Amino acid sequence: MSALLHKLPRGHERLLVAIVIAAAALLPLLFATGSPFIDDAVIALAFVVMALGLNIIVGFAGLLDLGYVAFFAIGAYTMGWLGSNFFFGAGGGEGLHILVSGRAAELPGVHVNFILVILVAVVFTTIAGMIIGLPTLRLRGDYIAVVTLAFGEIIGRLATNGDQIRIGGLWDATVAKLPGVTELGSEAVLTRGKQGITPIDKIDLPFLDPFGSLDVRSWYFVALALVLIVLFVNFRLRDSRLGRAWVALREDEVAAASMGIPIVRTKLLAYGIGAAFGGISGAFLGSYLNTVNADQFQFSFSIFVLAMVIIGGLGSIWGVVIGAVLLSFINGYLIPDVLNAIPRDIGLDFDLTQLSYGIFGFLLVIVMVLRPEGLIPERRRRLELHGVGAGVRAGAGTDVELADDAPR
Amino acid sequence: MALLEVEGIHTFYGSIEALRGVSLEVEAGEVVTIIGSNGAGKSTTLRSISGLSAPRRGSIRFDGAEISELGPSEIVARGISQAPEGRRCFPRMTVRENLELGAYVRGRAELGPDIARVFELFPRLRERQSQKAGTMSGGEQQMLAIGRALMARPRLLLLDEPSMGIAPLLVERIYATIAEISESGTTILLVEQNANYALGASRRGYVLETGRVVLEGESATLRENPDVQKAYLGT
Repeated sequence: MSALLHKLPRGHERLLVAIVIAAAALLPLLFATGSPFIDDAVIALAFVVMALGLNIIVGFAGLLDLGYVAFFAIGAYTMGWLGSNFFFGAGGGEGLHILVSGRAAELPGVHVNFILVILVAVVFTTIAGMIIGLPTLRLRGDYIAVVTLAFGEIIGRLATNGDQIRIGGLWDATVAKLPGVTELGSEAVLTRGKQGITPIDKIDLPFLDPFGSLDVRSWYFVALALVLIVLFVNFRLRDSRLGRAWVALREDEVAAASMGIPIVRTKLLAYGIGAAFGGISGAFLGSYLNTVNADQFQFSFSIFVLAMVIIGGLGSIWGVVIGAVLLSFINGYLIPDVLNAIPRDIGLDFDLTQLSYGIFGFLLVIVMVLRPEGLIPERRRRLELHGVGAGVRAGAGTDVELADDAPR
Repeated sequence: MALLEVEGIHTFYGSIEALRGVSLEVEAGEVVTIIGSNGAGKSTTLRSISGLSAPRRGSIRFDGAEISELGPSEIVARGISQAPEGRRCFPRMTVRENLELGAYVRGRAELGPDIARVFELFPRLRERQSQKAGTMSGGEQQMLAIGRALMARPRLLLLDEPSMGIAPLLVERIYATIAEISESGTTILLVEQNANYALGASRRGYVLETGRVVLEGESATLRENPDVQKAYLGT
């Protein structure tokens, strides 16, 4: 399969894309709406968006990021803040409603149309991505990973303890003084900690009724649309001038700088764009899961998404899509629904779900040993780990061999 | 007015002062060389000019405009490109992809004629255009590094030790091509440990020692200088 993908010319790649999209679009029609399979598929698609975002940072630009959960959190909280009764003091208790219909239009709190929430989440996470990018500009390799890890933890702690952080007074005294900005009331806090913000507004698209929780098919199509948008952006980026700058950066930062590639801007764009995808997915999941609570934003989540990227194939768009779908189904379906009872059946006193992260770790080790470049490797990465790549680092360039024109 | 005027630059790596007031000039059309032993500050001088290691004090003027405060990408865009120390080709990119990246600052410009010119200068690169740069010999990589720098259409080309770690026969070929590049109108500032080649290829030269210029003059004169002969030419 992977060999096939590599030999495909661009035109055939398009055809493959069309087939995959058509299959994905028809898939839910094979299942009853509300089927648990569709539910798993929606989650898988949300993970695809996230993994494609992380792939830009780690796969394209080569900047190891261990705190990607931060962008999921910021996206989800954007949805929570702008699509629930969380800020019940907004508009003096009347609520603030922007382009929403149905029940959401009558509730207190801030209620903004889903599409606008996505856009705001993109803005928030892009800024957050660049902020995390700034201190890493002078760092390389492992040190970048440590800073991003810390950033993920900071956001996680903020989510947990945000119910103690009163932002209402400050907001009303400053930002709310601007014309047209609502007051939040002095009771407003930053998050609702582990209790979670719930319920969250359902997706509300123009010309359609707001989605119901049970109508999983509609959510599936929205998730699929998000995946398609993100895929399109990914392909365009990969083949763009910026995409080549990222590859150059990954291969040799000093050489890239010598060529006149603006290192700071190129890195910050990787962080910003990668983060934005996490924000889009986070906002979607916030609405779909109907809760935004601090327990969702653990370090293990960052590793889970990173494992999707690595198992699929760092830098390979197709690989990452498959890695995300695979791990997400193993996590959401295979372990809890199919294999869960196995330990009990053989007389052991635990469920398999308690071991899920152990299983992912094991999978990661297996893939690293058998196929370190991932399931569907990116062209360059495969070279790095097999064949010519072995000589690239160590030997080449010493010019011990002959200097004549003898063919080699 | 010289094309490049470097005046009293001090460049630091952390607290270590690598350049202690280096001044030099390069006239348009010249080939100028900087020679010196390991750690004298030759590469640092080039890195200062190209903006990779900005000087803390002193001034660098290119075509009359101060560039010491600019970043590397702006400096490349103004017409100074380099074949960096250790060649630094992108190992997993093909020769052609490396060349295309050399023209990064030129945006979406048509690169065909430029690539053709590089292939004319280095026919070996044409043969290897689809090969990964990392699989080539050091000499070929040096050709690629120079070709890649030319893709930016520089008015001033900085070459950092083009002879380093390369078989003698290939070094001669590379130097012949450097002369060809110079004849076509590109100004060259060349850093070398191998003073023999460097003084042969250049019109003027500077001798650097522990971050200072200790000697300068016509290359032919430098060659006759007993100190230079003893220290750098091994005669």
